[in-house]
Amino acid sequence: MLKFIKHHMETISGIEIFPLISLVIFFVFFVGLTIYLVKADKKLFNKIANIPLDSKESDHEED
Amino acid sequence: MSDNIEKELSTNQDTFYYDNTIVRNFLIATTVFGVIGMTVGLLVAFQFVWPEANFGLQYTTFGRVRPLHTNAVIFAFVGNGIFAGVYYSLQRLCKARMFSDMLSRIHFWGWQTIILAAAISLPLGLTTGKEYAELEWPIDIAIALVWVIFGVNMFGTILKRRERHLYVAIWFFIATFVTVAMLHIVNSFELPISFMKSYSWYAGVQDALVQWWYGHNAVAFFLTTPYLGLMYYFIPKVSGRPIYSYRLSIVHFWALIFIYIWAGPHHLLYNALPDWAQSLGVVFSVMLIAPSWGGMLNGLLTLRGAWDKVRESATLKFMVVAVTCYGMSTFEGPMMSLKSVNAIAHFTDWIVAHVHVGALGWNGFLTFAMLYYLIPKMYGTKLHSQKLANAHFWIGTLGIIFYALPMYWAGFTQSLMWKQFNPDGTLVYGNFLETVTQIIPMYALRAFSGVLYLAGVFIMVYNLIKTAKAGSFIKEVKAEAAPLLKDYTPAPSEHWHRKMFEWKPMKMLVLSLILVAIGGAIEIIPTFLIESNVPTIASVKPYTPLELNGRDIYVREGCYTCHSQMIRPFRSEVARYDPEDLEYSKAGEFVYDHPFQWGSKRTGPDLHRVGGKYPDSWHFYHMLEPENMSPGSIMPPYPWLFDQNWDKDIIPAKIRAMQTLGVPYAEGYDNQALADADAQAKGISDGLAVEGLKVNPDKEIVALIAYLQRLGTDIKKTNGEAND
Repeated sequence: MLKFIKHHMETISGIEIFPLISLVIFFVFFVGLTIYLVKADKKLFNKIANIPLDSKESDHEED
Repeated sequence: MSDNIEKELSTNQDTFYYDNTIVRNFLIATTVFGVIGMTVGLLVAFQFVWPEANFGLQYTTFGRVRPLHTNAVIFAFVGNGIFAGVYYSLQRLCKARMFSDMLSRIHFWGWQTIILAAAISLPLGLTTGKEYAELEWPIDIAIALVWVIFGVNMFGTILKRRERHLYVAIWFFIATFVTVAMLHIVNSFELPISFMKSYSWYAGVQDALVQWWYGHNAVAFFLTTPYLGLMYYFIPKVSGRPIYSYRLSIVHFWALIFIYIWAGPHHLLYNALPDWAQSLGVVFSVMLIAPSWGGMLNGLLTLRGAWDKVRESATLKFMVVAVTCYGMSTFEGPMMSLKSVNAIAHFTDWIVAHVHVGALGWNGFLTFAMLYYLIPKMYGTKLHSQKLANAHFWIGTLGIIFYALPMYWAGFTQSLMWKQFNPDGTLVYGNFLETVTQIIPMYALRAFSGVLYLAGVFIMVYNLIKTAKAGSFIKEVKAEAAPLLKDYTPAPSEHWHRKMFEWKPMKMLVLSLILVAIGGAIEIIPTFLIESNVPTIASVKPYTPLELNGRDIYVREGCYTCHSQMIRPFRSEVARYDPEDLEYSKAGEFVYDHPFQWGSKRTGPDLHRVGGKYPDSWHFYHMLEPENMSPGSIMPPYPWLFDQNWDKDIIPAKIRAMQTLGVPYAEGYDNQALADADAQAKGISDGLAVEGLKVNPDKEIVALIAYLQRLGTDIKKTNGEAND
């Protein structure tokens, strides 16, 4: 009964590769991101994180 | 690196001025449209309890006003809120005035004009019939243009910045700009047939897939990412401490934009959508919990050690509840996308509760926090009354609770009642209406919650006006910073990724676009190759011209806001909606539906198999006075369909447009279409006359009856064929 929902994609040749491509893209991307973050310079991050706070405006921006 | 810093410091400081006027204008706009959008929301909430609250007018009837509410809240209230926040924070994060005051003004007035056009066209019934993308093609073009102006202004500012590093909030703004542009353009492919009328380029399953890819990611990239940018700016700003973990914010950003774009199909589980796409949607939705909760914790943990400030500051209270609501809805969302949970939640008021936790809590409260923070600053004074702000906070929070709880209750009740069988295999609540009347007290409570929430907003408006009057508006704020060095050479220790992307915003834009485009493409391309992909059903034929016209009336009246056209493959659904043939909805049945009308909420029953279920006279009486046929019904009457004539002049153009879109009408059929429509209308009118009902065949009700009687009958007629 479910065949109308289940089998649409089988008619496209090579469709099995789609989920595989997705997995590979994700795996590579997140491994890369993790490596970058582990190696990243913490001091620099602290500096960037303080950007919203170190405004040099002459009015009462800071309270 | 310290060499570089010294070099930059030694350079002469630039003096420049932040533009506060544009920020204030957007802040006023978000407040005004917040009040309007929520008031319209309250009106539609009351219509669930008292359908006569449509004032007997077609322009204020639910099907037309509900899109007005959603568009007003999303694009006018939140939209203006985004722009206010971006224009304020971007200038300060870049240490630069906005790129062009002229572009800022064009952006502001262009956006307000679009909102005005929406406020006029939606009540007039000028709609594409696609949820959250209802605006017709000229407005779509205007949106694209104004959005590009916003983008140019934003990137111009980023390019002339005096701060080398792009703070993470800016990343979120860039991703928002790029993705919304892509979503809007792809989803808005439509073929105009007249001024303010068009047909979606896509049909049926493709249309549904594109629409929910858009709809889902509009939530992601219009309601979420820009507000996350604001969270990353304003929480540190208001609490006076940097974000808990900048590292986490990087993971949050990349993971969120990478994963979100794939999750769209979870809006179509158990619908006539490929299994593969459904599974993809579920997997990515579950994965979304990680970045979403990472982001929420990052926001909340920023306040560690500063919770005493939360007790004193209403602004921080609003922020804490906003971020908590973000966490709740981003936990709930993935749960709802599990197929077993979705089977219960979909089409019920649970979905409505879910989106309102997000809209009222996350977007609403963060906008209020921003207003309470910025208005006193921009008027050089203190907030008129912290007490009133606290009152607003508590009444607003109560409003959210009183909204969510009854709607959860209503959702579970509906679902349980829809699915309950007697021991003999018949439905316990065979009459759909019983499942509606059961939850009307919940609808009443929901309307009450709207009163609470809106009352809070009025308190805020009063408080802010008093504040503004006590101070004087500071048009420009003087600031100083050193310009960026042209010959800056990054130290070897600096990471390549930073050199490549973070200092190069255009590259960042391109990369974000590629990331979201990969997700979009992998999800959508398979269904574009769909001819071999949606099993065509030989007996499914194009609509007759009169049915097509009736369908346009169905779209115009926004019937999809309460009625689905999608019978899911559950025993409880086929038994209810197609008790004779037990046929659920097949993808192949929708191949001529431009646009698809599957709907997302069942306040009334599904209509996909309503064709032939009742005689024409039943529909006639029912549309005239629903309560006569279904006592207790909360459907409003549609008397104007009995006065207005269906549009004959445009029929040939409609047929030609459909031919362009690939609907197989015979060559030259556009010349014959009107005669066919007249003949079919006369047949229906004559049939009604036999039952003593006099109706002119030119009236809209005749066309609508023709469409309703056609719905889902292609398969019924040839019961075996669908199964082979």
